[in-house]
Amino acid sequence: MISKKFSRALLATAVGALFAVSGVANAADSNKPIKIPIKNWSSQIVMAHVIGGMFESMGNKVEYVPVDNQASFEAVRTGDLTILHEVWQSTMQNAYYNAMEKGGLIDAGTHEAATLEEMGVPNWVIDKGLCPGLPKWEALKDCSAAFATPDSGGKGRWLEGPQSWHGDVMPNRVKGLGLDDKWVVKFAGAADALWAELKSAEKEGRGTIIFNWSPNFTDASGFTFIEFPPYFDGCRIADGGSMETTGCGSPPGWLKKGANYKFPKTHPKAYAAFSKLSFTTPQIGQMAALVDVDGLTHADAGKKWLADNEDAWKPWTVSVLGAGN
Amino acid sequence: MKLDIRNSKPAQFAILLVVFFILCLAIGPGESNYLWRLPPLFKELPTVINDSIQFVMYDWWPIQVYDPDIEDFEEKALFSEITRSISSAFLFVITLIREIFLGGTKTIVAFTGWDFIDKNPWAEWPALPWTVIAGWAIVLGYKLQGKGLALLAALSTGYIGIFGQWEPSMQTLSFVLIAAPVSVAFGLALGIWGYKNHWVEAALNPLLNIAQTMPHYSYLVPVIVLFGVGDQAAAIATIFFATPPMVRLTMLGLKNISPDIVDAGMMNGCNRAQLLFRVQIPTARRDILIGVNQVVMQCLAMTVIASFIGAQGLGSNLMIALNSLKIGSGLEIGLCIVLIAVLLDKLSLAWANKQTDYFADLGFVKRHQYWLICGAILIAGILFAYFGGLIFDEDFNYLYIVPHNKGITTAPFWQAAVDWIWDTFFFMLKDFNEFLIVSILVPMKEAYLAMPVAATFLLVMGTAYILAGIRSALIVCGFLLFIAFSEYWDRALITAYMTTFSVIVASVVGITVGSLCAQNSTASKVVLLLCDFFQTFPSFIYLIPVIMLFGITDTSVIIAAVVYALVPAIRYTVEGLRNVPAVLHDAGSMMGVSRFQRWISIELPLAFPHIMLGVNQTVVFALFMVIIGAFIGTTDLGQLILKAISDPRGTGIGIILGLCVAFIGLAADQILRTWANERKKALGVA
Repeated sequence: MISKKFSRALLATAVGALFAVSGVANAADSNKPIKIPIKNWSSQIVMAHVIGGMFESMGNKVEYVPVDNQASFEAVRTGDLTILHEVWQSTMQNAYYNAMEKGGLIDAGTHEAATLEEMGVPNWVIDKGLCPGLPKWEALKDCSAAFATPDSGGKGRWLEGPQSWHGDVMPNRVKGLGLDDKWVVKFAGAADALWAELKSAEKEGRGTIIFNWSPNFTDASGFTFIEFPPYFDGCRIADGGSMETTGCGSPPGWLKKGANYKFPKTHPKAYAAFSKLSFTTPQIGQMAALVDVDGLTHADAGKKWLADNEDAWKPWTVSVLGAGN
Repeated sequence: MKLDIRNSKPAQFAILLVVFFILCLAIGPGESNYLWRLPPLFKELPTVINDSIQFVMYDWWPIQVYDPDIEDFEEKALFSEITRSISSAFLFVITLIREIFLGGTKTIVAFTGWDFIDKNPWAEWPALPWTVIAGWAIVLGYKLQGKGLALLAALSTGYIGIFGQWEPSMQTLSFVLIAAPVSVAFGLALGIWGYKNHWVEAALNPLLNIAQTMPHYSYLVPVIVLFGVGDQAAAIATIFFATPPMVRLTMLGLKNISPDIVDAGMMNGCNRAQLLFRVQIPTARRDILIGVNQVVMQCLAMTVIASFIGAQGLGSNLMIALNSLKIGSGLEIGLCIVLIAVLLDKLSLAWANKQTDYFADLGFVKRHQYWLICGAILIAGILFAYFGGLIFDEDFNYLYIVPHNKGITTAPFWQAAVDWIWDTFFFMLKDFNEFLIVSILVPMKEAYLAMPVAATFLLVMGTAYILAGIRSALIVCGFLLFIAFSEYWDRALITAYMTTFSVIVASVVGITVGSLCAQNSTASKVVLLLCDFFQTFPSFIYLIPVIMLFGITDTSVIIAAVVYALVPAIRYTVEGLRNVPAVLHDAGSMMGVSRFQRWISIELPLAFPHIMLGVNQTVVFALFMVIIGAFIGTTDLGQLILKAISDPRGTGIGIILGLCVAFIGLAADQILRTWANERKKALGVA
């Protein structure tokens, strides 16, 4: 089996080399490694290993490169990374479209997973009755005192993620909803600061409202997203909306993929499979849980997921390579 | 008694403060009031810088480059081709070292190509068993210094190997082993050049100042643009960060050589190269070695930030662990970083201090005994690994390579310790935190922001004039003007408020602790060792527990800054006090002073200039951490620097913000350094 696969790969590269020499457009994938970014949250890393494993099963080589999320967009654009496999709409679309506009980054399709990135509270905040009426946003009008911190000047603290994610969406929303005399937006510096805040608020039993997303590891312990007025295109001030409309909530988010513009040319087969690839919300949740709950290493979690879910991912490679692979 | 204002600094300060408060009251806030805030004249500067870098990188001097992967010509800019070839050279060497440790195919690929590997699957360089590297480190330690260092090497490599951090540690090591020697060589060369040529020195000084005070993540985007993402980019960013102390200490060391020694060298007929390498550098060895020590420390201090731009190894694992709040494994990784730093530092010091015995006449075995031992270790290690392969399951051959995160782990222990601290002190600290924020920090921040720009200039320049003279006052004015003309003045005030508070606390605590420890030589040694520890221990690890205890508040930022800034405050106090000559202690005792009187009236005044240099470093360290505090959540310059990473004009914005931070540090540096030097002259200890 292995030797068969190997000889096939050998044949493929030999043929590829032949084509390359003769100058005919080569249909086989280049044997240079595909560079996959490793960022700092579990589902992303496991998915990197899952996708890497899938590429390897197609006879490609892969390399995992640790990189800061915000820096990765520039790196894919210049070709230092080959793919981006988890681009969240609400928090990363700015960086994504900026890189696309500058040139070098291409859209490689969207995952099936529906994502949600929104303000919310851990379930125990609701259970304790700290803000009756949640998850409707109108409830926030009357419970801000329970969410005050020493430096919030008596108002409730609205803990948003780093400013690089959204810009001023949250300050505008608070103003647009007329909550600015009761709530003040504080930007956390990084995602881990949000988790640390969740933990210490629970310890203290004080109210906390943070920016969070799903699928995420916080889903397991129970987290409720607040229902804001529905999103429509152009409701936010940055997209041409006005103060009246900017109170809108987050859009039902997409989870996109991206690639360097050379990827389809250098690795046409891997690219075809990658652009077909699409994970669902439960699948992403499973990947994260293998690490966060079962305590596997990220690489092992990737292998285990591939082994357990052949039905899910084999079709993508088969459609490119043909059956029997 | 008539007060002589000309000679009384307190009186001058009193007048300065009175005028300052009058200005504060007289000037009200107003958009168009230039005494309140200066107009943002430099608003377009980030865009200009950004566009120029983009132009040079992507458009200037286009050349056609053939890309075999897509079988087409691409238009590329000459400059980026040059920087990219530098980075591939770096990458090659890093990969080579990494593959010696961990095995791999890329070095072979560099000489042959991926096709060759596909056709010859045997062509993979095997990893060295970890027992071999550990054994070599022990032998090296023993050869260079003796049993002590051998023991340290055994403990460090043992810890790293047994606790399953071998692979990431070797990855980190492979890039440090490039970054550190390059920094040392580069720093030595620049230092020598600066020593020989006054113009070069004059040009180097401001550049070094900026490089040392500019927050490192403000230049991450330019580094990515120029050198890409990966270990090579990380190594290059690290070199930027680690070289300046080496340059400075080389120049310092060479300058302090007594002319007699140079004369002696000349009389012996040295030519210029011999004079430099045989006489001057060996004589300046002490300072140069401190430079090497600083380079090693800085390189390892960069491991975490380096992982943002692609460095593999401990730094990136640390960030992943912290992101899921696994503080226990974070601490374990942090300990590995410190161990590598300490071991490299001691090995390099021992190597540099080793005297060559020119007169030894030894046989072959005796002369080459260490090489022979190393060879024996290699063979033994390979045999061990081979038999290990028979005993253990294929994936888990613990005698070959301990797989990552599959060794024994100390994480639960550390985690339990952190949890205990959290459980025990949480509510106590909560009250303290509330008091601090409500009664001190918020009012202080508001006071800073309520200062009219004219009053700020008056206060800072006046202080500079009183303490350090008119020249310093003008230089400081230049720094402040740059910040005032950018659109970031208010942000800079918030940075300044947090830095001021941290520096005051760190200095008071540091000088007190340092003074107490300096009374006893063992205590001094222990506390200096702790200083080394905290200088290399990645600060990101204690950011998380600090947030859990103090929330996403300014308190957390300030506490992290105080912890880090204590390092120089304590270090310089201990060094300064220990260097007060014993004769003076005796003289004091003979006059009948008590121990406390001796400290107040003899030791502190004499050590004062050195302690002031410590306070100067405290400012730099505190500023550095306040900016890192952006990862907790601040509203100052650091937040914008962090945000710049994803901004389309990020390169320019990052650089301007970085300069603003650097200039705050340099303004303080200018005042404190000049003051310390004047005091030194006055005391006759210069």
